[in-house]
Amino acid sequence: MLKIANFRDLDKAYAEFKPRMALRTEADHKSFAKRELLICGGTGCQSSNSLILLEVLKKEIKAAGLEDQVTAHITGCFGFCEKGPIVKVFPDDVFYVEVGVDDAAEIVESHLKNNTIITRLLYKDPAQGNKPIASHHEMDFYKKQMRVALCNCGLINPEEIEEYIAAGGYQALALCLEKKKPQDVVQEMKISGLRGRGGGGFPTGIKWEVAAAQPGPVKYMVCNADEGDPGAFMDRSILEGDPHSIIEGMAIAAYAIGSDRGFVYIRAEYPLAIQRLQRAVDQSREAGLLGKNIFGSGFSFDLELKYGAGAFVCGEETALLRSIEGGRGEPTSKPPFPAQSGLWGKPTIINNVETLANVPQILRRGGAWFASFGSEKSKGTKVFALAGKINNVGLVEVPMGISLKDIIYEIGGGIKNGKKFKAVQTGGPSGGCIPAAELDINIDYDNLIAAGSMMGSGGMIVMDEDNCMVDIAKFYLDFTMEESCGKCTPCRIGNKRIHEILTNITEGRGSLEDLEKLKNLAEVIKDTALCGLGQTAPNPVLSTMKHFWDEYVAHVVDKRCPARVCTHLLDYFITDSCVGCGLCKRGCPVSCITGNKKEVHVIDNALCIKCGSCISKCPTKSIVRQ
Amino acid sequence: MVSLKINGKSVEVPEGSTILDAAGKLGVHIPTLCRFDLHDINLHNQGASCRVCMVEVAGRRNLAPACATPVMEGMDVKTHTPKVINARRVVVELILSNHPKTCLTCPKNTNCELQALAAELSIGNIGFSGKTTQHKIDYSSPAYVRDMNKCVLCRRCETMCTQVQTVNALSGLNRGFTTTVGPAFNMPIAESTCVSCGQCVAICPTAALSEVNNVGKVWDAIRNPDKFVIVQTAPAVRAALGEAFGLPAGVPVTGKMAAALRMFGFDKVYDTDFAADLTIMEEASEFIHRLKHGGRLPILTSCCPGWVKFFEHQFSDMLDVPSTCKSPQQMFGAIAKTWLAKELKVDPAKMVVVSVMPCIAKKYEAGRAEMAPGGVPDVDIVLTTRELAKMIREAGINFAQLDDEGFDDPMGESTGAGVIFGASGGVLEAALRTAYEWITGKTLDKVDFMDLRGMSGIKEATIDVAGTPVSVAVASGLGNARQLLEAIRAGEKQYHVIEVMACPGGCIDGGGQPYHKGHVDVLLKRMEALYTEDKTKVLRKSHENPFIKKLYAEFLGEPHSELAHKLLHTSYVKRPRM
Repeated sequence: MLKIANFRDLDKAYAEFKPRMALRTEADHKSFAKRELLICGGTGCQSSNSLILLEVLKKEIKAAGLEDQVTAHITGCFGFCEKGPIVKVFPDDVFYVEVGVDDAAEIVESHLKNNTIITRLLYKDPAQGNKPIASHHEMDFYKKQMRVALCNCGLINPEEIEEYIAAGGYQALALCLEKKKPQDVVQEMKISGLRGRGGGGFPTGIKWEVAAAQPGPVKYMVCNADEGDPGAFMDRSILEGDPHSIIEGMAIAAYAIGSDRGFVYIRAEYPLAIQRLQRAVDQSREAGLLGKNIFGSGFSFDLELKYGAGAFVCGEETALLRSIEGGRGEPTSKPPFPAQSGLWGKPTIINNVETLANVPQILRRGGAWFASFGSEKSKGTKVFALAGKINNVGLVEVPMGISLKDIIYEIGGGIKNGKKFKAVQTGGPSGGCIPAAELDINIDYDNLIAAGSMMGSGGMIVMDEDNCMVDIAKFYLDFTMEESCGKCTPCRIGNKRIHEILTNITEGRGSLEDLEKLKNLAEVIKDTALCGLGQTAPNPVLSTMKHFWDEYVAHVVDKRCPARVCTHLLDYFITDSCVGCGLCKRGCPVSCITGNKKEVHVIDNALCIKCGSCISKCPTKSIVRQ
Repeated sequence: MVSLKINGKSVEVPEGSTILDAAGKLGVHIPTLCRFDLHDINLHNQGASCRVCMVEVAGRRNLAPACATPVMEGMDVKTHTPKVINARRVVVELILSNHPKTCLTCPKNTNCELQALAAELSIGNIGFSGKTTQHKIDYSSPAYVRDMNKCVLCRRCETMCTQVQTVNALSGLNRGFTTTVGPAFNMPIAESTCVSCGQCVAICPTAALSEVNNVGKVWDAIRNPDKFVIVQTAPAVRAALGEAFGLPAGVPVTGKMAAALRMFGFDKVYDTDFAADLTIMEEASEFIHRLKHGGRLPILTSCCPGWVKFFEHQFSDMLDVPSTCKSPQQMFGAIAKTWLAKELKVDPAKMVVVSVMPCIAKKYEAGRAEMAPGGVPDVDIVLTTRELAKMIREAGINFAQLDDEGFDDPMGESTGAGVIFGASGGVLEAALRTAYEWITGKTLDKVDFMDLRGMSGIKEATIDVAGTPVSVAVASGLGNARQLLEAIRAGEKQYHVIEVMACPGGCIDGGGQPYHKGHVDVLLKRMEALYTEDKTKVLRKSHENPFIKKLYAEFLGEPHSELAHKLLHTSYVKRPRM
């Protein structure tokens, strides 16, 4: 059993486990005497049977008598979720995508036995005429990425503490406890310029400094793992792929502020993340890296997991604290800030998962190293979750300051089906839409706010010409309205009224006066709501009104939806290509279609309920909406 | 001290003050709705949830709630800019857009804080419309009605119920637009641990919580020629009723009240104070009996029905501790329908006993099965002080101009000891006046027990009774009572007698009293009114009441006689903690 009682024990463990990384990091491309297969074990790939694939691979390897030469195990998310499950072969540096269970035998036979790469399973780059690419280093998706928070995801086996130590894990904590005073740790964080990755963007070093300055022996360190933005999954991926980095980050933070007790507030809907993190906590505790007198330094710290029930508002730090305390997850007025009076009234710092994943890297490599990338006011890298109408759906980590265009067109591979880009929603439901005209902005906290959006936790949902922006605003309000805790008036009633006005507009009952009312209401909610959820909920409305005002006007004045999404505003027509088969007529629930056999039929739009049944039945695609 | 500027004017306030405090010091009025602060009873409702008191603070990106934002050195606050006025108006219009606009028939009409706020902001047109919340009105309680469609989510009730009273019957439920406050699983309030203390009703800004209105029942009874309708009025009523008619707080209106009740057409107008004296006779005897025969001590008073239900839920392992005495309201009814009926030669079946109480729990108490021996309730209809005020207004009586009248004999006679039942500590003081004389056989000259008076939540004293130190305690507010009882259960504290009243300060702050709207000075003046009335009485010890003596001589025999036990004592029920 691994026991680390002092700093030298860690050095010894590192020396012992480091060779595990040999094939993965110091790849000797000439010798394939030994090989290692890493299979993504994240939630996404698991749902595509990656664990079964792993078992079958192991069986095939054994059957082929390659057990001594080849090992196969899981790792964390590679990020290229669009193409999962992913299998990476070391030291060849071959990246197989969309690998099915049936492909296992061929991988063993062709690649492992005969050293022949299976072209069929390689990524085909559409930008290069579908040329197969073997190494991920040559893929556009990875070329501009830089992995700090995700550095161990896709590299180590997250279920073994030895792997984390082999990758240099816990050395940052050892360095802090052996050589740095708490204020030096705070100083290093301030130099790094790291800002909270959960959405607020508050400088982490300053947060720690405030908490460290509070008197009293009892302080708490909380990790916010209540990732709630729809479509964002960077925190889940880190917890699943590199759980020890969070434990190490929390221990460093606790040392810096003078806390000995931590909580990870994690949503119960993340069963795999919970399982991996709990396993990591147990391993660290057993090894002596959590608990009393860590490294024999006199510093003690332990942590426990608290499960959230998945309320979006519990990502707001004061609501999160109330939930840990056992109360209703409702935010409270700030000040006092949690760093002054948090959990059970004691000074508490709350850092999000991605923020904490950066901490060990910063302490090991120095704040100045981290600050060397990024933009002037936003340092380091940021993980984004690409989703929506984009080719390469997945998780990417890029230096701050990269242009939105680069993310969408180079890393993201552009818009699906060759459609036209319309807007990208950043910052989840609390963010805003950024239109094509502003695609050149360099992404950082301040530029996104200036563009009427926000960083949020890093969600990026891409929309194309088929999206109606009024409908999009309504979609987000539907989410925030449901997720409001109901405590303050503007959020509880105001966001409901916004949603109702938007519904009226999309159903043809809106007026120009409503648009004025909507704008004023949205601005008042922003100014008066109690917490971040309420204050940012109107952002999708305000940003779409700012950039797509014409679409709103078309809905209320012309009673028309330019993107042809809002059903109530569409009329159905049968074009001349109709062959008069009568299928539409028979399927119409309100009998509003007339016409003789073999003649062009007609829809009475006064009766039509726009259910779309006729369109789905028409064999000649002769029915159109406009 | 922190100095800041409000609307360009400089002001200095202590550190920790809010912008609202600072504005108040300058005489700048910032409208509020959810905020409620009763410092003296430890009630602080500063959830900052209504967002009405928003102000502009230079350098802040959004508006700040004045009620919950601490002042900072050099702060520059503007309270009524066009931006602020617009925001405030939108917020109030939003609240109104989800409020039943039925003011004309609302129990809170002219007493509603939302109505007043809408008037203050001159809301003429509600700019928003849409769905409204549809909560089922909860009529399950005999004491109060919960119409959550009128709730503005100020959460005062919840704060009172959890922080001050520790009853924990109310909490936030659901989320988003359907958020409401109620018992767990939104079950009917009557099935919860609610004790009907009514402190939530007392501070609800709208009519989301209001007492069950029995005015119509009383008029019906009076109008019925077959009924003999008598009324009793609790001590605390007279100390507060005048406020409903513009009289200053603390002016006792005993005589005017008796006159008004007689004008309604009650057949007899009596005083609960008489029954308070009777309670002392029974309770003091019970105490002395327990003291002399090594019975269970401490003895706890049992006049307060909210407190009784509270210990039935929360201390059901200690049901042998409280006195078995019924409350004065119930003792009155029990004697009226037996002895009095015989004296007046009235058929008890035709007698209707109405009581006017400062309390809504009394409505609940009158309906308890134990309070209706043989199916005949001691008390038939319970009104609160507020309902009495409504009746007086309805009857067209110019209350302030009424000439004083007295109560009817025999059950209208009382001593000063009966009067002070209405203030926290009063019952204990009254009991001590009698118990002292009975134990020592000597006359008690100093009848004022000053240590037991005032608004403090817990009061303690040790009284020398013929060389025996008798230690006593008084708790008002159920949170304080819980604290005392837990200390006793843990064996940390020992007392001989403890008085508990559910409402902070006692009955003068009852849930049925005219709304004090957060002014604790009003409560102190009501207390003062009772102690003044006590002082002016010739007889100040319950056992000296001549009609009480007559009652025992002619009917009951002696305290704790078999008949007294049957009529004046009760038993308690184990109830679930949750």
